[in-house]
Amino acid sequence: MKIAVCIKRVPDMETRFKIAASGTAVDEAGLKYDMSDFDGYAVETALQLNEKQGPGETVVISLGPDVVQEQLRKALSMGADRAVQLKAERVPTDGLVIARALAAELKGGAYDLIFFGRQAVDSANATVGPMVAELLGLPCATAVSTLDIANGRGTARRDLEGAAEIVEFALPAVVTIDEGMPRARYPSLKGIMAAKKKPLEVKPAQLGEERLTLEKMELPPERAAGRIVGEGPGAVAELVRLLHTEAKVL
Amino acid sequence: MQDFFDIDSVLSEEERAVRDSVRQFVDERILPIIGDCYVEGRFPKEIIPGLAELGVFGANLPEEYGCAGLNNVAYGLIMQELERGDSGIRSFASVQGALVMYPIFAFGSEEQKKHYLPKMAAGEIIGCFGLTEPDFGSNPSGMSSMANEQPDGSWILNGAKMWITNGSQAKVAIVWAKTNGEKSDKSIRGFIVPTNTPGFTAKDQKGKLSLRASDTSELVFQEVRLPKDAILPKSGGIKSPLMCLTQARYGISWGVIGAAMACYEEALAYSTTRVMFGKAIGGFQLQQQRLAVMLTEIVKAQLVSLHLGRLKDAGTFTPQQVSFAKRNNCDIATDVAREARRLLGANGILAEYASMRHMANLESVYTYEGTHDIHTLILGQAVTGLSAFN
Repeated sequence: MKIAVCIKRVPDMETRFKIAASGTAVDEAGLKYDMSDFDGYAVETALQLNEKQGPGETVVISLGPDVVQEQLRKALSMGADRAVQLKAERVPTDGLVIARALAAELKGGAYDLIFFGRQAVDSANATVGPMVAELLGLPCATAVSTLDIANGRGTARRDLEGAAEIVEFALPAVVTIDEGMPRARYPSLKGIMAAKKKPLEVKPAQLGEERLTLEKMELPPERAAGRIVGEGPGAVAELVRLLHTEAKVL
Repeated sequence: MQDFFDIDSVLSEEERAVRDSVRQFVDERILPIIGDCYVEGRFPKEIIPGLAELGVFGANLPEEYGCAGLNNVAYGLIMQELERGDSGIRSFASVQGALVMYPIFAFGSEEQKKHYLPKMAAGEIIGCFGLTEPDFGSNPSGMSSMANEQPDGSWILNGAKMWITNGSQAKVAIVWAKTNGEKSDKSIRGFIVPTNTPGFTAKDQKGKLSLRASDTSELVFQEVRLPKDAILPKSGGIKSPLMCLTQARYGISWGVIGAAMACYEEALAYSTTRVMFGKAIGGFQLQQQRLAVMLTEIVKAQLVSLHLGRLKDAGTFTPQQVSFAKRNNCDIATDVAREARRLLGANGILAEYASMRHMANLESVYTYEGTHDIHTLILGQAVTGLSAFN
C-alpha cells in the first residue's frame, strides 16, 4: 500500500515554557524538539502495515522551515521510504492553510491511506487531518486506536469517553491515529545511517492567506499557595465554614 | 543535562540522532529496572535483543558484517548513553564490540568474520575476552596460559583467566595465550574458544560490591582441544590484545562521562527541590561549589573524548592519547559521583538514587582496562621517554 504520514515538529512538552518577546510564540532558546507523539504512532502504524502486507511505500510529509528535516529524517531512520518537506518560513496558525498545502501535495499521489496524529501535542487543534479529508473528498476516521485493512476497506476502533465505536470505511481514506496504536520504534543505528541515502524532497508550500491568526500567548496564572486552616478534628468547623463562605463549594 | 558548552553544535545530525535514540532506549528500558538489578546482583539479559535491534554491538564496524558502520564519535556517544544507565551495561557492550567483535574483525580470517560478526551484532552470540590472569593483571605479558599445537594442526589450551566480564553467559571466548611452550610475549596468539568445548569452565565471581548488574567470571581451561581454525590468524604478540584494549579504553573514556552526567543531573535536580534552613540547598555556596566543579569537569572530559574521537576517525590517534582520556575521565567521573552522593545527603546511600551505584561501579572502571596508575606511567613514559615499569 502507498501510505502518506503527515508529521509535525513540536517542542518537548516536558519543558517549562517561556513566552518569547513577540508575545505570540514560546521562547525557543534551549528547547528540544521531536515529532509529535501521535505522529510517531502514525509513522509506526504505517510501517507495520507495509511490513505485514508486503511491498508498499511509506512517505512522510512535513510543512515548515528546514529544521523539520530533522523529524523527517527520524521517520526515514525508522524505516519510511522517502520524505517531502513543504517549505514554509513558519507553520501557519490557520489549520485550513496547512490543510490546503498538504492536500495539494497529496492529491496526485495515489495514496491508499493518509495518516495524521490525532492532534499535534503542542497546538492541540486536531483540525488538519479532517480538513485534508474534506478537501480531497475522502472518508475520515479520527482518533482511532485500532486499525485493520482488508480488501480495500478499513475497520477502526474509536475510544470515546465511556464507550467505543467501530467504524468502517472505503480506501482511500484519511485516518488520524490515537494512543493504543503501537508506539514509535527506536530509530536503529543502521536505520539512521540508511536514512542519509533516502530521498528527501524540498518543495515550496502553497500557502494561502490566513484567516485565523495568533494574537497573544500567555502562561496560565500561577496557582496561589494552599492554606492550612488548622490541624486535627478541631479544624473541621473552620474548614467547613471557609468551604461554604469563601470557596462556595458547599 | 544542559549542553552548557553547546557541544551539540559540533556533532553531526547523525551523531545526535544516534545518541538520542540510545538515550531514549536507556531512559525507557534500562533506568526503570537497573536499581533493582544492581541490588539483586543480576545482569538484565532481557535487554540484549533490544540493544541488538538498536544496533549497539560493534556499531563502528562495517555494514558488510551486519554492523552499523558508524564513525567513532557516534560510537563514543553510544557508550556515554549506555553508561548513563549503568557501567555494567556499557561494559557488556564494550566487551561484545571492542574486545570480541573487534579482534575477530582485525585479526580473524574472512570465514571467521563472516561466521561470527553478523551473529554477534544481532546478539545471538555473546562473547567474552580472556586476557587478565589471577597473577597477571597490569602485566599481561607475563601470562601463563599456554596453547600447544598438535601434530594434526589442532591446539591444546591450558590455563586460567580472571575478572572476565560476560564470562558465564558467553557462547565464545577470545582467549589470549602463549604458544608452543615459548615464554616470550611475542608468542601470544588469540583463539576463538566456544565455551561448550570440553575442559572449558566458567564460574561467577561472588561478593562484588561494584558492577553488580554485570557478570564477572573466572575461566579455567583444562586440556581444551581446539580445531586448527580456532586461532586468529593475524594475531601476533602482546600487541594484538593491547590493540583491543585501546579500542575498549576509547569507549570507556566516553562511557564514564555518561555515569558522571547521570550523577550531576541527579544532584542538580535534588539541589533545587531539597529544602533545608528554609531554602533549596542549591542556594548554598557549598553545594554550588560542588555543582560548578562537576559541570566543569564533565564538559572538559566531553571535549577530550570528542577530540580523541575525531583523531580516531582521522586515523591519527595514539594509544597514549587514549590513556590520557581513560585516565582523566575515569578520575573525574569517580569524583563527580562521590560529590553527587554527598550532596544527596542520607538519600544518597539509597539504590533509589543512582549516584552511589555509579560511584561504586566507577571504582571498577577506574581499575580495569589499565588502572589509573598504569595509565599515569604510560603518560610518564610518553613525555620523559623513560619507562617506570621495570
